[in-house]
Amino acid sequence: MPTKIEKDAISGRETTGHEWDGLQELDTPAPKWWLYTFIACIIFAVVYMALFPAIPYGRDYTRGLLNMSSRVAVDDDVKALEAQRAVFMDKIKTTPIEQVKDDPQLLAVATAAGRIAFANNCQPCHGAGGAGRTGYPSLADDTWLWGGTLADIQQTITHGIRSGDDKARGSAMPGFGINSLLNAAQIDAVADYVWGAFYGHAVAGQDLSKGQAVFAENCAVCHGANGEGGRTVGAPPLKSAIHLYGDARETIVAQVTNPRLGVMPAWEKKTNTTGLDEATIKSVAIYVHALGGGE
Amino acid sequence: MKSWRPGKVAMADAVRAGVPPVISYNEEVIKKFTIAAMFWAIVAFSLGVYIATELCWPDFNLGPAFLNFGRLRPVHTSVAVFAFGGNALFASSFFVVQRTCRARLAGPDALHDFIFWGYQFFIVMAGLSYGLGFSRGQEYSEPEWNITLWLVLVWVLYAGVFIGTLMKRAEPHIYVANWFFIAFILTVAVLVLVNNAAVPISPFAAKSYVIYSGVQNAMVQWWYGHNAVGFFLTAGFLGIMYYFIPKQANRPVYSYRLSVLHYWSLIFLYIWAGPHHLHYTSLPDWTQTLGMAFSIMLWMPSWGGMINGLMTLSGAWDKLRTDPALRFSVTAVGFYGMSTFEGPVMAIRQVNSLSHYTDWTVGHVHSGALGWMAFISFGAIYYMVPALWKRSGLYSTRLVAWHYWIATLGIVFYITALWVAGIMQGLMWRAYDKFGFLQYSFAESVSAVHPYYVIRMIGGLLFLTGGLIMCYNLIQTVRSPSTERREAGLPAGFAVAGE
Amino acid sequence: MFNQHTIEKNALLLLVFTLIVIAIGGIVEIVPLFTIETTVEHVKGVRPYSPLEMAGRNIYVREGCYVCHSQQIRTLKDEVERYGHYSLAAESMYDRPFQWGSKRIGPDLARVGGKYSNDWHYGHLRHPQALVPESLMPRYAFLAETRLDYNLIEKHLTTQRFLGVPYTDEDIANARQDMLAQANAQADQAGVAGRYPKAVPVPGQPGFPSEMDALVAYLQVLGTMVDFADLGVEKLQQ
Ligand code: HEC
Ligand code: HEC
Ligand code: HEC
Ligand code: HEM
Ligand code: HEM
Ligand SMILES: [Ca+2]
Ligand SMILES: [Ca+2]
Ligand SMILES: [Cu+2]
Repeated sequence: MPTKIEKDAISGRETTGHEWDGLQELDTPAPKWWLYTFIACIIFAVVYMALFPAIPYGRDYTRGLLNMSSRVAVDDDVKALEAQRAVFMDKIKTTPIEQVKDDPQLLAVATAAGRIAFANNCQPCHGAGGAGRTGYPSLADDTWLWGGTLADIQQTITHGIRSGDDKARGSAMPGFGINSLLNAAQIDAVADYVWGAFYGHAVAGQDLSKGQAVFAENCAVCHGANGEGGRTVGAPPLKSAIHLYGDARETIVAQVTNPRLGVMPAWEKKTNTTGLDEATIKSVAIYVHALGGGE
Repeated sequence: MKSWRPGKVAMADAVRAGVPPVISYNEEVIKKFTIAAMFWAIVAFSLGVYIATELCWPDFNLGPAFLNFGRLRPVHTSVAVFAFGGNALFASSFFVVQRTCRARLAGPDALHDFIFWGYQFFIVMAGLSYGLGFSRGQEYSEPEWNITLWLVLVWVLYAGVFIGTLMKRAEPHIYVANWFFIAFILTVAVLVLVNNAAVPISPFAAKSYVIYSGVQNAMVQWWYGHNAVGFFLTAGFLGIMYYFIPKQANRPVYSYRLSVLHYWSLIFLYIWAGPHHLHYTSLPDWTQTLGMAFSIMLWMPSWGGMINGLMTLSGAWDKLRTDPALRFSVTAVGFYGMSTFEGPVMAIRQVNSLSHYTDWTVGHVHSGALGWMAFISFGAIYYMVPALWKRSGLYSTRLVAWHYWIATLGIVFYITALWVAGIMQGLMWRAYDKFGFLQYSFAESVSAVHPYYVIRMIGGLLFLTGGLIMCYNLIQTVRSPSTERREAGLPAGFAVAGE
Repeated sequence: MFNQHTIEKNALLLLVFTLIVIAIGGIVEIVPLFTIETTVEHVKGVRPYSPLEMAGRNIYVREGCYVCHSQQIRTLKDEVERYGHYSLAAESMYDRPFQWGSKRIGPDLARVGGKYSNDWHYGHLRHPQALVPESLMPRYAFLAETRLDYNLIEKHLTTQRFLGVPYTDEDIANARQDMLAQANAQADQAGVAGRYPKAVPVPGQPGFPSEMDALVAYLQVLGTMVDFADLGVEKLQQ
């Protein structure tokens, strides 16, 4: 179609003279404000690129007038934060844990630090408020596998349980079934006994003596003659209302056949990637101790 | 239903109207793409609502692996962007290029049909493969190598037909809408070829490993990802805007000079902005700086399109009252302006430190996806369907108005809920208590967003409802006798549609 | 010269100019990442994935864990405090595809390795809400029932080696064996531990390596490879 410039009646602008399927274009100049804002953005961008690392060339790049690096910046930020907290955290680190608990100011800080460290690291296993879950002991009740004093708890958190850490707490209930230490009938019998005598599901008239004998011979060393548990080996009390792996008879059979041997990670900071520093571990211990069961 | 032979009658009408004889365009394939666009739109919205529900109540992950959020979410994004968006782009680009070139599509009908069915096959294969557990694991680019190869074939043919049509045009100049379609077609081809370069572990296995690793892989992926937004969801849809808004408003495009400036600046600057998806990561600082700087410069080129779209209406604003379909197109341009303002803001490193990884990003995505890309497609489809099926108009403009208000309300629910949720997440993650310890656990931030996820889900449900109303209206438009071709009822600028 | 009017009248010119204009940004941003040497830090400890970890990683990709989890700790103090040392480029240098993610519906996993016990991961993947009531994560119990398909394991390694991952002939020859050993904590781990230091054996069921075994082995190595002990910020400049 030949160029045919027309005048648009509404805007008073001329068209460019082309037409496509009835569509035309006006020859309006780009709005001034648009152009100026665009130029302003370009100036901003150029200045920004001059100030910060920006232009690659060959094997290097411009560092920018401010010589900024986000890695240096975050390092500084973390250090500043640590310095701010050091006022208290250094004290918590050097003060014996019992005394931290007795100093109201330190206690407030430790509780704040412990609360969040617990929520971010421990809650997925031990539940909110340390309520515990199947396989993950409650930290809020009076029963303790390894001990509920501040020192016990600190030790557990620092090195974990069966965590592979050199100083980890550890013990292994033998796999009586998988290692053929007991046969199926014996396991049945001891399960009847534990379920009846300790878990409180005794069936009237049931003869538990056979199981009792098996228990006395194989289990009492760790769990105690009366199922009261043994803290030196982390053997849970069996005569108790709450059980690590639940209340069903099958869990006893399963445990005796092939024990679960729960693992609790060690939280001691070994590199600067993960783990908790000493003051934080102490804080968590104090927090846990205060959940309801501390000794 | 009245039988209709497109070319012939169009010709007869034209002769009667005293205009020069016209070409009969290829319309059958456009009809197919339009139907497919609507079909996939409903699928995409339904999937969106479903995965939104899974995030409200995880029990909705009913158990089978293919219903899990992790596998279904990429199906949603791909169906929304590539199936709904893609088919809308195919339909409108073929519609526009023929009319603005006064030429039939290049190549035989069989080729156009092959492109249509080939593309649907690609979508079905891609969707099925994610469900069944084949995925490249890079966002918006999940199809494995064999499916990608098929896409490349289809795309090359599409590019051939589109460019071929441009080459045989009867107009001396190439209309601005077609510039944007060209940029869209070419750049998407380049992006897919580079980002999907992978080596299969065996010619008979679906599994492949991408040739880049780690930080370079990340950069290439977000160069791809950002420009999938820039050229698929933006340039392509600007092409739609440049034809349908002037048509619906029956006004000339506001400024040719602005078109030229914003076309070249937009396509040049967009490519650089990818690193704004990688702020504060182990991508080197210099690359992040470029990503931010170019995102800021991208603001005005984006708004150039918005200005041209909105100002084209000057003198014709009253049409918004009478033509609810135009309302979709214009609101779309408004949302386009909003998300291309929000985008550069989020690209500022300090802002991104808060917004990244949160629902703010998802809100931004959907203000672009629902507000801009879906709305402009609705506007175009409402225009095209009566034109393609030679109807006097839509079955019901009241239903269009209902669709408009319900969908708009849906978007408002969606994006406001996610702004709140996103900013809240960002603030909770970085909140410190008075002693300088982190204030919240991650799990607390998960519980906190629950109510907003429910609101988002309701917003999605509204949007889906609107889509269903649209389908009904379009089906009735094609089928109902009340929309028989009536010359007088044609909307402005419409008499020449198809001619 | 070429002005808009010429370009606009010639489809091929429009095409070529558009292509040139869109090529520039990508080239400037991508190519230097291969040429600037400091881009990937020179650190000790990062090794290719063990065959079981690699299989687990592929399951991670397949299940779309990346749509909910990032694996990229940003250089921001709250992230460093919450998740550990910021991520290095070196840590993902063998990752194909990278899995940095773009959304945190769940927490970052870049350093989740060693944070929980194997047992916890098994339980959590089976039924996340049983351990974390507020979790939005789907259940993945089916992974435990699905036998790991390792028919092509050598091909995975050779393909990666072709792309530059330093797997040795020995690694490839032992791939099957290493995979079965790592998936059975009772088995002799010496071979695996020698070839893949810090690899974590998972209990598994002997004779039935499951997809969950592989996934847990992968999760347990995340973020544990680099030895940060002597790495100051000076050595980590990119
Ligand atoms: C991977 C899961 C897991 C995580 C995370 C975890 N624990 Fe444990 N924790 C356990 C298991 C399992 C046990 C019991 C082990 C056993 O059977 O002896 C345990 C035991 C304990 C005990 C000993 C309880 C007793 O009765 O003696 C304490 C105290 C404890 N955890 C505190 C913590 C604290 C504090 C944290 C976070 C810093 C934490 N745990 C993180 C799994 C975990
Ligand atoms: C070497 C010490 C040791 C011996 C011997 C031992 N246990 Fe244990 N037992 C443990 C430890 C430690 C645990 C907790 C570890 C775990 O997480 O599996 C445990 C846990 C249990 C539990 C689970 C308790 C709960 O709260 O759910 C039962 C039941 C049990 N033992 C029964 C027995 C019986 C019956 C025998 C003998 C046939 C036995 N144990 C012998 C150390 C021992
Ligand atoms: C719908 C989103 C979603 C998907 C998909 C998902 N997750 Fe999660 N994930 C979560 C949420 C939310 C949490 C935080 C609560 C919890 O611990 O369950 C989480 C937590 C985790 C954690 C614990 C991290 C920590 O530090 O506490 C691990 C490990 C994990 N997911 C692994 C995976 C793996 C592996 C997959 C894929 C097979 C996956 N997730 C898929 C949402 C998801
Ligand atoms: C009914 C309407 C829709 C609903 C309810 C919906 C819902 C969702 C949900 C729940 C997610 C996952 C968000 C997350 O992971 O946190 C999502 C992601 C996404 N959706 Fe939609 N969606 C809808 C429509 C669309 C449409 C029309 C598009 C068109 C392009 C689209 C594109 C996307 C994209 C690109 C993502 C990924 C966002 C990201 O990774 O940041 N959605 N959508
Ligand atoms: C000038 C224009 C724009 C700029 C500068 C921009 C910038 C951004 C930024 C900074 C992010 C967040 C990245 C992150 O933190 O992870 C983002 C995400 C996103 N934007 Fe935009 N945006 C623009 C326009 C649009 C438009 C119009 C759409 C249309 C749909 C869109 C779609 C998306 C999508 C899909 C994502 C999510 C990517 C992901 O999966 O992480 N953007 N954009
Ligand atoms: Ca207890
Ligand atoms: Ca994303
Ligand atoms: Cu972007």
